[in-house]
Amino acid sequence: MRSVVVPMATQVGSPAVNITIFVIFVVVTLAIVLRASGKNKTAADYYAGGRAFTGRQNGIAISGDYLSAASFLGIAGAIAINGYDGFLYSIGFLVAWLVALLLVAELLRNTGRFTMADVLSFRLRQRPVRIAAAISTIVVSLFYLLAQMAGAGGLVALLLGIDSKAGQNLVIAIVGVIMVGYVLIGGMKGTTYVQIVKASLLIVGAFVMAAWVMSKYGFNLSSLFQGAVDKTGSGAILDPMKQYGKSTTTKIDFISLSLALVLGTAGLPHVLMRFYTVPTSKEARKSVEWAIWLIGLFYLLTLVLGYGAAALVGPAEINAAPGKANSAAPLLAYHLGGTFLLGIIAAVAFATILAVVAGLTITASASFAHDVWGHVIKKGEGSADAEVRIARISAVVIGVIAIIGGIFANGQNIAFLVALAFAIAASANLPTILYSLFWKRFNTRGALFSIYGGLIIALTLIIFSPVVSGKPADAKTGLSPSMITDASVNFHWFPLDNPGLVSIPLGFLLGWVGTITSKEYNAKKYAEMEVRSLTGAGAEKVVLDH
Amino acid sequence: MSNDAQSRTDDDSTFTEVQQSAEFTDLRRRFRSFVFPLTGAFLAWYFLFVICAAFAPAFMSHKLVGNINVGLVFGLLQFVSTFAITIVYVRWADRHFDPVAEKIRNHVEGGGQA
Repeated sequence: MRSVVVPMATQVGSPAVNITIFVIFVVVTLAIVLRASGKNKTAADYYAGGRAFTGRQNGIAISGDYLSAASFLGIAGAIAINGYDGFLYSIGFLVAWLVALLLVAELLRNTGRFTMADVLSFRLRQRPVRIAAAISTIVVSLFYLLAQMAGAGGLVALLLGIDSKAGQNLVIAIVGVIMVGYVLIGGMKGTTYVQIVKASLLIVGAFVMAAWVMSKYGFNLSSLFQGAVDKTGSGAILDPMKQYGKSTTTKIDFISLSLALVLGTAGLPHVLMRFYTVPTSKEARKSVEWAIWLIGLFYLLTLVLGYGAAALVGPAEINAAPGKANSAAPLLAYHLGGTFLLGIIAAVAFATILAVVAGLTITASASFAHDVWGHVIKKGEGSADAEVRIARISAVVIGVIAIIGGIFANGQNIAFLVALAFAIAASANLPTILYSLFWKRFNTRGALFSIYGGLIIALTLIIFSPVVSGKPADAKTGLSPSMITDASVNFHWFPLDNPGLVSIPLGFLLGWVGTITSKEYNAKKYAEMEVRSLTGAGAEKVVLDH
Repeated sequence: MSNDAQSRTDDDSTFTEVQQSAEFTDLRRRFRSFVFPLTGAFLAWYFLFVICAAFAPAFMSHKLVGNINVGLVFGLLQFVSTFAITIVYVRWADRHFDPVAEKIRNHVEGGGQA
């Protein structure tokens, strides 16, 4: 049946071609980063790219940040294996942007300077709120970071034919070193350009592949679906709940995941930080507008890619490949365009990981340097130069943590790490941001309750969920699909994989309880914050070239 | 605090005055009465979709044309509604929100004398 024979079970295409195309990408983007770095002098340059990007540029960069390896490889793979349920993910990821567009982006841009904590601590007590916001920022970013690094390991196995753990770990380390290089040399400006290049490549690549798939089915979506049904031997791939329909618990789990996806995006620190790279709130609005169009278009393409992979490659072959579902898109590329197209798509996937990791690193390092060092340790008295120096040092430290964590996370479930990051962002960050922007009465205790409460509840529920322990052992391997693969270890009591359904409402509730039990209220600062957030009066301006 | 990097001609009392002015309270009311119902609407529409996908499989699997079922159309409508809300909001904000916000901003940044 197959027109293309896969040369070896563990590897497709030519590693040499894949590596060459990837190296070209790294060299070109490093050159761009070096050019951009010439003007990297002030803190606003390093953290916010001088606030000089246009809405369109930032919108493309946002889609670059957002369309991570989990989105590109993960969703295409989920559709190829689980059909409609994979499509459901992409809808949650897209609709979530309306929260950012309507409620968060512009007000945040008008009120803050560099980090999420700037907004949260605006009218509250600086030290405790900044520490809480920095902890939550760093935790969310690290989980996201680990997911990307773990993804790099799996991808390497497939694309470069590196089977040994040591070899994969070496590649994870190389990814980490290049990423720290981007951040140190280019700051936010360099990282943004890398995102723009990567997002353009990704969207063009997906478009070409989707058009190619559609041309094989006479540009008729129904025929493509028929192809997927024929290949998988069942119509179930077109209907919802192939993956989540096993029981009422799994269906509720799916609703919990949907809630976390739709409310998590506007609480992701590395997404929020991007809104500071544009000069005005109007440009921030335009950024989100562009991001929504690009991300929406991309997810429509992944629908075609996912069903295309199901129809042309088939779930059996995908599941047999080293990266399992994550290898659906690369295998489809190989099936369509052979070694060369696979090389392009492989390079794009690597670039995706590299660029997203760089964005996360700059966010976490900015939060440590600006919030913890600048405002808590130095109480706002430290010089901006020293703060940027601290940010660079923290970027190196975070890079090292990401490399070590990535080596440990190699082979772990990527979707779980990303879903956890979204659940924490939605439980701890979003309630605090919304209360802070819209609720007059909100105060320090409320913020601490919602951040720490949301964070601790989400983490606790995850630890005691089936994701960590207690999923029934697989009949073939005798191993549990949980994080702890020993099926005899079982300490889970929370039934759902995703904690969002419980932890998000509790995050909101705790913020409310904390607020009404404290009398603190700063009318003057609230007046300033409200006027600033809506009108942009006194907002940080663009940094002119020096 | 977070505005230490720039020189400012206004002080806290300007913000309080502006916050209580009829023009600003009207702007805030118009903003909130636009974005809050819209947010409620898209969240309700999204969760209707999610709940149908989870608990109404027969409805979602119903074939309309060829292999195109209700679930696919419903899902694509989520894309359409997201794009539509984006267009509507951006147009509203550009035409009706920005001019008023800009006027108040100039007033504040001009040090209180319009």
